[in-house]
Amino acid sequence: MANLSIGEGFIFTLLRLRNYVEPMGLLNDVASRGASGAKKIVGSRGSKPPRYSAAGLIAKGLRGESWPRVWRDVPLRSAYDVIIVGGGVHGLATAYYLATNHGITNVAVLDKAYLGSGGSGRNTAIVRSNYLTPEGVAFYDRSLALYNSMTDDLNINVMFSERGHLTLAHSDSALRTMHWRAEVNKLQNIDSSVIDPQQVKEIVPSLNVSSDAHHPIAGALYHPPGGIIRHDAVVWGYARGADHHGVEMHQKTEVLDIVCTGGEGPDGKGRGGKVTGVRTNRGDVSAPIVVNCTAGWATLISDMAGVRLPITTQPLQAAVTEPVKVFLPAVVVSGSLHVYVSQTDRGELVFGAAVDPFTNYNVRGSLDFTEGLAGHILELMPGVSKMRLLRQWAGLCDMTPDYSPVMGFTPVDGFLCDVGWGTYGFKAGPVAGEQMAECIATQRTPKLIEAFKLGRFEAGRLVGEKGAAAVGH
Amino acid sequence: MLLVPCPYCGPRNSSDLRHVGEAISRPDPNAASPEQWRSYLYLRDNVADWNVETWYCTRGCRKYFKVERNTATNEFRDPPMPGNKIGGKA
Ligand SMILES: Cc1cc2nc3c(=O)[nH]c(=O)nc-3n(C[C@H](O)[C@H](O)[C@H](O)COP(=O)(O)OP(=O)(O)OC[C@H]3O[C@@H](n4cnc5c(N)ncnc54)[C@H](O)[C@@H]3O)c2cc1C
Ligand SMILES: [Zn+2]
Repeated sequence: MANLSIGEGFIFTLLRLRNYVEPMGLLNDVASRGASGAKKIVGSRGSKPPRYSAAGLIAKGLRGESWPRVWRDVPLRSAYDVIIVGGGVHGLATAYYLATNHGITNVAVLDKAYLGSGGSGRNTAIVRSNYLTPEGVAFYDRSLALYNSMTDDLNINVMFSERGHLTLAHSDSALRTMHWRAEVNKLQNIDSSVIDPQQVKEIVPSLNVSSDAHHPIAGALYHPPGGIIRHDAVVWGYARGADHHGVEMHQKTEVLDIVCTGGEGPDGKGRGGKVTGVRTNRGDVSAPIVVNCTAGWATLISDMAGVRLPITTQPLQAAVTEPVKVFLPAVVVSGSLHVYVSQTDRGELVFGAAVDPFTNYNVRGSLDFTEGLAGHILELMPGVSKMRLLRQWAGLCDMTPDYSPVMGFTPVDGFLCDVGWGTYGFKAGPVAGEQMAECIATQRTPKLIEAFKLGRFEAGRLVGEKGAAAVGH
Repeated sequence: MLLVPCPYCGPRNSSDLRHVGEAISRPDPNAASPEQWRSYLYLRDNVADWNVETWYCTRGCRKYFKVERNTATNEFRDPPMPGNKIGGKA
């Protein structure tokens, strides 16, 4: 199924020449930027999977050939060096960088459904690095650098559109947070500044910046490098890249239990224990290292190893309108109004909000969400009142108390976590994969994720990102 | 939409209430170690199953109450009545 959709995606891309040519420009741009320090992600170990090209498309069309499978479908073996639970962007990126950066290829990614069936295929694809804490800024900025060179590195068009990101402030206190963020950002060389309502209007003319709005716009945090990306291509790109280096992807393979020995809890699980493998619906598989990349399901998996996490699961909803002529040049977020919006290349408006107000494992949309969304968006952009919503959907989010992730080692030897991605984890996929791979390969916590260790909760050293992540994902 | 059975006001839309979260027991602040206190603050079971939780009836009776909900299906069980004790965790 996935290879079909990628084929479709590329026919679609081809038909729209603008989109086809633009990423080439982007690539040159990135090549010149490479000198500024972004580490090349595909090392000497890295040959790349083949490129999807216009010539290839025509040749295959003439010969009546179809596209090859994007990743192999191989039998599940009984042992691997590393098992990754969860085939979203985090699990796949971790597998990809294990193979390309560290030569660890005896790796299996297990997903109970299909790759990208979790948050990675449901998000609104906002990518940015204007966070609130120095730890967060450094981390997300590295991800942005990896996204910038991704089309080239993975040989797949991820359609990264660096269109700028505006976080509106409707009150003095919100404006104060924006100034705070801007100063933290500038210190770390991030392009981020506070602008006034008139400048907001110049960037996004369709916004109502008048002072007699119910919640007048007092200013905004403007972050030009922020933008949106084609999330499916990112997921498939990492899967294809990992497959190319020998990693196995197993869909419809549900982890039912994690096997441990020596721990203080029942069945040898818990603190002081050691992982020996997993039980799945397709049989037992042994591995000395098991990585939890299951986002909304994170606590269910970590419970299987006897590790408690500071995470609750809440659905996040999004919605999309019918397509109209492109009029919205940037991503617009309003924390106070609990809404954000961007326009896709196809012309649809993509809306989102904050998480649903109670924990649960359901991905059904609610009328409360649509009503709230419509009211708030009309306050910002009265002009879209006649537009119709086409679809709405939800995904599960793994919320932490401080809106920062939980990464790295746990009290169970060989059991690692890359979770707590809440409503903001898609943009972190590349850097999280890179850092988790390093963590696994070197058995040390890399500096970039030191602050996100599970132990910070017991130690009382939280990394508070709520001010930068609660609504603007 | 979720109809939450308030023991005092009857079923009300969840937007009239505030979900406080899993019902957990609070350690004695004078006796608890910092680690115990932080576990109380941050760690949750987060099961995909029946769970006892606390709601606050913001726009109704303004009372806190406990109720059992299945977080996988969003069903409520044995709607609570005033004074009813729910089993499980305190
Ligand atoms: C509506 C919405 C909008 C969002 N918008 C943004 C945004 O604009 N920007 C941003 O950065 N982030 C956004 N996010 C958050 C982002 O989508 C997630 O943080 C991110 O996708 C998490 O990726 P992941 O790989 O960790 O998990 P997921 O993609 O959720 O993957 C987890 C996988 O684990 C699998 N799994 C679960 N249990 C088991 C088991 N027992 N055995 C095997 N496999 C299992 C699931 O099937 C799933 O495929 C949004 C999320 C939602 C829902
Ligand atoms: Zn009530």
